[in-house]
Amino acid sequence: MTEERNTYIVRCGEVALKGQNKPYFERMLVERIKKVLKKFEGIEVKRVEGLIFVKTPADLSKDLVLKNVGRVFGVDSISPAVEIDISEGDAEAILDRIGRAAVEYMQKLIEEKGVKTFKIDAKRANKQFPVESPQIGRIIGAKVLIGCKVLSVDVHHPDCVLFVSVRRGLAYVYEQKVAGFGGLPLGTNGKGLVLLSGGIDSPVAAFMMAKRGMWIDAVHFHSYPYTSDRAWEKVQDLAKIVSQYCGRIRIHSINLLPIQEEIVRNCPEEETTILVRRFMMKIAERVAKETDCLMLITGENLGQVASQTAEALVVTDAAVQMPVMRPLIAMDKVDIMKIAREIDTYETSILPYEDCCTVFLPKHPATKPKLQRILESESRLDCETLIGAALENRETVTIYPED
Amino acid sequence: MFVYLDNSSTTRQHDCVTDLMVKMMREDFGNPSSLHRMGVTAEKALKSARKQTALSLGVGENEIYFTSGGTEGDNTAVFGAWEAGKRAGKKILTSAVEHPAVLEACRRLERLGAQVVYLGVDREGRIDLQQLKDELTEDVILITVMHVNNELGTVQPLEEIGKLKREAEKRWGTRILFHTDAVQSYGKGPVETDRWGVDMLSVSGHKIHGPKGIGALYIRSGVHMPSLVWGGGQEKGFRSGTENMPAIAGLGLAAEITAEGREERIARLRELKARLLSGIEDSLPDVRVNSPLGEDCSPSILNVSFSGCRGEVLLHMLEQKDIYVSTGSACSSHKKGSHVLSAVRLPDEAIEGAVRFSLSEYNTEEQIDFAVKELAAAVESQRKLRSAFGKKKR
Repeated sequence: MTEERNTYIVRCGEVALKGQNKPYFERMLVERIKKVLKKFEGIEVKRVEGLIFVKTPADLSKDLVLKNVGRVFGVDSISPAVEIDISEGDAEAILDRIGRAAVEYMQKLIEEKGVKTFKIDAKRANKQFPVESPQIGRIIGAKVLIGCKVLSVDVHHPDCVLFVSVRRGLAYVYEQKVAGFGGLPLGTNGKGLVLLSGGIDSPVAAFMMAKRGMWIDAVHFHSYPYTSDRAWEKVQDLAKIVSQYCGRIRIHSINLLPIQEEIVRNCPEEETTILVRRFMMKIAERVAKETDCLMLITGENLGQVASQTAEALVVTDAAVQMPVMRPLIAMDKVDIMKIAREIDTYETSILPYEDCCTVFLPKHPATKPKLQRILESESRLDCETLIGAALENRETVTIYPED
Repeated sequence: MFVYLDNSSTTRQHDCVTDLMVKMMREDFGNPSSLHRMGVTAEKALKSARKQTALSLGVGENEIYFTSGGTEGDNTAVFGAWEAGKRAGKKILTSAVEHPAVLEACRRLERLGAQVVYLGVDREGRIDLQQLKDELTEDVILITVMHVNNELGTVQPLEEIGKLKREAEKRWGTRILFHTDAVQSYGKGPVETDRWGVDMLSVSGHKIHGPKGIGALYIRSGVHMPSLVWGGGQEKGFRSGTENMPAIAGLGLAAEITAEGREERIARLRELKARLLSGIEDSLPDVRVNSPLGEDCSPSILNVSFSGCRGEVLLHMLEQKDIYVSTGSACSSHKKGSHVLSAVRLPDEAIEGAVRFSLSEYNTEEQIDFAVKELAAAVESQRKLRSAFGKKKR
């Protein structure tokens, strides 16, 4: 109210549940919010008693702020609010001031959205304030009714709930709570390497792990010239979308064709897929170790395809020592697709370019492979040399989130 | 060695065309409708481009309308003929192997009440003249059949179609419009609008080493076509909108060049194509030539299936060697399979293994020999891998 600034209240989700580490998580969250708003001028992000307050110049579009902050993991919800200075005066004067702000706020809502009914949800965070929460609600409600003649109170199904929050020295009125993704701030949980195929699942898996505070790097496998360069473009497009949430992503692109050719020449047809999967995991593990990734992330989903049966997963998993995170393992396809649509990767994922898994697809892939037999087939190959060459010939690009 | 063998998708623009266009953009950028000198200069360029284009097609200047390319020409002809004729009849005859610019326009008209017959074709993609004759009933208002098929190179018997059309008109006392999409034959075959009896013919700039985004629609003088674009009255009110002068001038020049050297070009392309074909047949077994072998095939297009291979993989393998070919046509490779290859009843395996080579005057013998050599290596390596796959058992 003092100067031309917009205020946003940002609530931390799980971060608030942390014990002794809470200040650390909150600090990380503030850093992340600052980072996504860095492209704008005159931003102020402050942490006060469990909440984060973002102040922006009044001419910065609200939608833009909500969109950017809403994508920060660890944010539970955001509310554009009106801030009222209550550092001076007695309780009556203060409530008067809050009441005036509330009336003004509601008048705008009546104009913009045609609000007819409302209720007040008041909260006294500062227990030193002499008036208790329900009483604040009643007083402000009465003032709004007097100030806005068209409004009536409806405590069950109001068009609008007006929140009033009385804190130390400052009070806030707001209406909207825009949900964030929740989760934990990026960087609070190390870095993981996702096997990014270009399908629907793997970008979702990357998103879900990043939501728990993990930085993401990616490895992509192709079989050029058996796959098209367009598939590689598509993976970069997907990474670009995912990077809006996860921040910078490095992608290591690896040609599997020489390995696939060796497998075809030396191993039984029905084991092709599972053998290729094991090579992918081994190569990924090597890349992960080199790049300080703590674990691998895949979009595997129990039973979705032949290489993702329980037996096949046992065989795949045995290829590496590093922990393999499979955040989608027990989800249904429709639910994965729902998230893909929510994070905007779906439309890109379904573009029909061949990915490396559909090349050399056996007619009857082994759905219940035995580890012993697979190891035996693998022993016919010079794995070390093949993996070394694949790593040697990789192409690496870094994808940055778009402003 | 850079070898571009995808000239049916698009061609390398002649340098002189590029230079002319740059000059139009930098200096002679006037609007032909302006009254001042800049406008006059632009108008002159417009007139001269129209003349060049008309000459290249052997038609009158007043019969040329500039469009944004082949698709717009085809759409304008199909939708225009429908608007003009729908009160007289609702039947349209076309072929199953047309370019999507005609096929999709026809499908749209079906939803608006047209009855469209997609004439079947023989194994080489030629339309069935007997079926055409049988379908030429009283209510036919439009025949639209392409001159040269973009995927196979097959030349359609336009003259015979024209004859059957005139007979039907006499018999029924009706008027049938005849349109042909000549995008693929422009500059690589004769254009004889009178002998064929076509009323409309569409061509495109970028297939003759001219610019993209420009084309021309020939409309026989006396044929009334309703306008689909309204505004400032350019192109005699037929297609409003400020003329795309750099592209129009570029098209004019490319048209002049294409007309000048046509006979030599056709002979040259035939030679190169024969070299390519014999090179392939000599170095590889199990190939199937999908294009017609006789004279009724475009001198620039050769479609071949390699058994045991996937066309797209061959395409990428050749691209690694800086050789550029196509599977299906560029416009339909977004979709699965080729409607043309399906229409000539090619088995699935042959459709999967099909590659289209399309030549231009910029190709050389050395390029052809190099491409054949690399192609043979690519086919062999793919066949070897494919035959190893599935052989190994426990």
